[in-house]
Amino acid sequence: MTAAIEVRAVEKRFGNVGIIRDLNLSIAQGERHAIIGPNGAGKSTTFNLISGHIKPTSGEVRLNGDVISGLQPFEINRRGLSRSFQVTNVFARMTVWENVRCAVLWATGHRYAFWKNVDSLPEVRERTARILEDIHLTHRRDVPAGLLTYAEQRELEIGITIAGGATVVMLDEPTAGMSHAETERAVSLIRRLTEGRTLVIVEHDMSVVFGLADRISVLVYGHIIASGTPEEIRRDPKVREAYLGEEAH
Amino acid sequence: MLELIVISTLNGVLFGMLLFLLSSGLTVIFSMMGVLNFAHASFYMLGAFFGFQLTKWIGFWPAFVLAPLLVGAIGMAVERYGLRNTHKHGHVAELLLTFGLAFAIEEIVAMIWGRSPVDYRVPALLDFPAFTIFSTNYPAYKIFMLAVSVVIFVALLLVLRRTRVGLIVQAALTHPHMVGHLGHNVGRVFMVVFGVGSALAGLAGVIAGPALVTQSDMAAALGPILFVVIVFGGLGSLPGAFVASLVIGLVQTFAVALNGSLASVFGPLDSAGGPSALSDIWNVTIAQVAPIIPYLLLVIILIVRPMGLMGTRES
Amino acid sequence: MTTATTSVSGPAANAAGENLRFYGVWLAGMVVLIVLPLVFSSGGSLTSFSLIGIAIVFALSYNILLGQTGLLSFGHAVHYGLGGFTACHVMNAIVSHGWPIPLPFIPLFGGLGGLGFAILVGWLMTKRAGTVFAMISLGIGELVASSSLILRSVFGGEAGITTDRTALPRMFGWTFGPQIQVYYLIAFWLVVSAIAMYALTRTPLGRISNAVRDNPERVQFIGYDPHVVRYLAYCFAGFFAGIAGGLAAISFEIANSAYLGAIQSGLVLFATFIGGTAYFFGPILGAILVTYLQLGLTSVTSVWQLYFGIIFIGIVMFSPGGIAGLVMMHRPLLRAGTLWTVIPSYLVAIVPTVALGCGVILVIETIARHSGGEANAINLFGIAFNPKSPATWIAAAVLVAGGSVIARLTWRRVGEAWDRAATVARDRGYLA
Repeated sequence: MTAAIEVRAVEKRFGNVGIIRDLNLSIAQGERHAIIGPNGAGKSTTFNLISGHIKPTSGEVRLNGDVISGLQPFEINRRGLSRSFQVTNVFARMTVWENVRCAVLWATGHRYAFWKNVDSLPEVRERTARILEDIHLTHRRDVPAGLLTYAEQRELEIGITIAGGATVVMLDEPTAGMSHAETERAVSLIRRLTEGRTLVIVEHDMSVVFGLADRISVLVYGHIIASGTPEEIRRDPKVREAYLGEEAH
Repeated sequence: MLELIVISTLNGVLFGMLLFLLSSGLTVIFSMMGVLNFAHASFYMLGAFFGFQLTKWIGFWPAFVLAPLLVGAIGMAVERYGLRNTHKHGHVAELLLTFGLAFAIEEIVAMIWGRSPVDYRVPALLDFPAFTIFSTNYPAYKIFMLAVSVVIFVALLLVLRRTRVGLIVQAALTHPHMVGHLGHNVGRVFMVVFGVGSALAGLAGVIAGPALVTQSDMAAALGPILFVVIVFGGLGSLPGAFVASLVIGLVQTFAVALNGSLASVFGPLDSAGGPSALSDIWNVTIAQVAPIIPYLLLVIILIVRPMGLMGTRES
Repeated sequence: MTTATTSVSGPAANAAGENLRFYGVWLAGMVVLIVLPLVFSSGGSLTSFSLIGIAIVFALSYNILLGQTGLLSFGHAVHYGLGGFTACHVMNAIVSHGWPIPLPFIPLFGGLGGLGFAILVGWLMTKRAGTVFAMISLGIGELVASSSLILRSVFGGEAGITTDRTALPRMFGWTFGPQIQVYYLIAFWLVVSAIAMYALTRTPLGRISNAVRDNPERVQFIGYDPHVVRYLAYCFAGFFAGIAGGLAAISFEIANSAYLGAIQSGLVLFATFIGGTAYFFGPILGAILVTYLQLGLTSVTSVWQLYFGIIFIGIVMFSPGGIAGLVMMHRPLLRAGTLWTVIPSYLVAIVPTVALGCGVILVIETIARHSGGEANAINLFGIAFNPKSPATWIAAAVLVAGGSVIARLTWRRVGEAWDRAATVARDRGYLA
């Protein structure tokens, strides 16, 4: 079975500075994979490289066996990869309902249609309603997204990300800035919503990482120093060194 | 022919330097504040009319100093009481505010000085031919304009390279998002930069007024060309603005001086079908096309290099 | 009546009520269009109504760009003008070839003219949004306006292209000579265009245009290419602007380079923004107001354009949502029943604000007369002011200075009253 995501020898330089060096990563279908590492290790850059937000200087990224590096973000999204953002990135002046519905439209095949009434598309309506139900925002459906609370915006962010039905979902620090209770809620939400899909997650909260992930990769200075099950990662001396080194500062 | 080339080159460089006096201020303001000041050409026009009026009252030389200062003060007021309050509504609102200002300034100028050109004359001190090439007398005033532009250009370079404000401006040009981290004086820096930019535009107006036509529609005529210059050079790039100013200055000056048309090169079109769009294009002279050349350049650069000549930023 | 936000019970009844109100508004609009010329039947008001109708179509088309997709264009009149020229050429061709196409179909050709140019240049223009798009639209606008004077055979040079609308084949026996028939033709196309443009906002493309306006980056990660969205929106805007241009060509029986120019582009921006871009009806309000002011002010003052500029600046600075935004922001308060707590502060604030406005008018008119060499009295609300008299100058200075100081204070009070009312409305669940 081909890997869901395969990153091969990817490099990214900004000017003379190498942010990502010889990055290799393989994520199997249906796997929950966490990427961890100290601040500035290049986790978000890795996300941006895979999702097409920025293009690698060299190397290639494959999605379900097809090369996607060099494609536009929307082309990658149409092939079944969806991502969220670390900084909340919703459609602020549109309502919660509209936010999710927009994310459903492409996947339901309505594309740029200007001859259909968006309100009378049953499958769009049902899917949107179901996702709102899933992210517990049905009671806030007519509120402009910009006026939601922070935690609600983070949930909407996840909702938009999964709405298109992508098979590979990438979440960038979904619980950042949340309280303990909110984090627990978000984790169970993520667990439920990504059932049967491949999940790639960047996270700082180790309890989230070890509770959620099947496999973990540790990124330090743009390079993966270890990749394995949570147990293996916990025992890996290189990882301990990197994290201890981080803590010693 | 040689005469035409020499004179047109001189005039083109002169026009280009004038454009740069305006586009440099516009570029710096855009880079630091994210605002494309639609009213920049209006400040140029105000400079010309203040210059005209003050010359009438107190003579050209005091006007030459006072008018740009006055325009600079107006610019600072616009930043302080207009843009700063509009900032929270986003860049489109700021752009629209300056658009409305440009419109209002044109109407105010027309209301006070009328819509026909005013008699803004070259000062007597400079009203003589500087030299004669071939058979053309080159006016001393134009040499003076060129000298002023070059002095300002050098002064700008020194300020940018040697002073603290200059360093801040430079930092803002390369890292626009860093401007917010400059500390609590950022408001005053913006106001000063906006004021200096406006004053430079005003200065361009004071010196260009006597050589070109001082009229209430001069801002509307120059404004779009100015925007072509900064898009052509690459938004936010000062060297780009410089090159683009010279290119557009030269191209337009040469175009105006040339009388050739496709008909004069390839012979008249077989016009059996009477006048048509093709015959219009065939018979039009380069001089007649001159006004649209900057915009054609804009379209070409957008096709070839959407970021502009030396631009690095997307938006 | 409660909103869908708060009511859990009876969503069906609620939706039916909403539906009724929705169709009611549209029907009422149509009835007004039909009845208007019967009430005001003078030739002058018919011409005004026709102009307003054209302006509404044009402003609505502009809002597809500005309000719906977030594209600020300084050259929208290009499509209006090309629509007008296309309409004129088609009309002349119909007459000379004897084609059986009656006049009511002409605006469609205008639309195709506007659309054609949008298809041609739109892809390049919409590559980038924001400030760059604004500058490019300005450049393209100037390019077309200047070119129109060079391509004399197509655009007729300074004089323009004339036509005769009555020479076309008749429909229902109408000659379209009398202004009333032209008015109804415009009203018909206004209704059709307005419905079509409203419907467009309710399509997948319309919704995604809003998403592109709010956050073009994120749109890419839900499968859409923002460039394509902007391009399609641009084409629709060009099409409906062309219809407006075609209507103008029918109404004036001429198309000239002024149709394409920067002033026309500026006016539609003014109308749309003053009306308010966030609501569909905003540009309608704006077009009515701006056209009305344009027609009304020209006879009262020689510097009417300056007043336009000042109104526009005022809206940008103090009410960027336009008139529609101003009206709609009171809705939650009205529903929560707290609007009445704000009204007294409004009444207080309005006095110094009007005083300030009068002062500004006095200043402007005094200066205008002074530099224009005129000495006729300034008539302000029936009071005559002598522009040469120092008393007028003092009155103007006092009104401006005093008005602005007191207005500042009273509007601060309005803000406080507003905050209190909004807090209550929020508590009652009418405001998020």
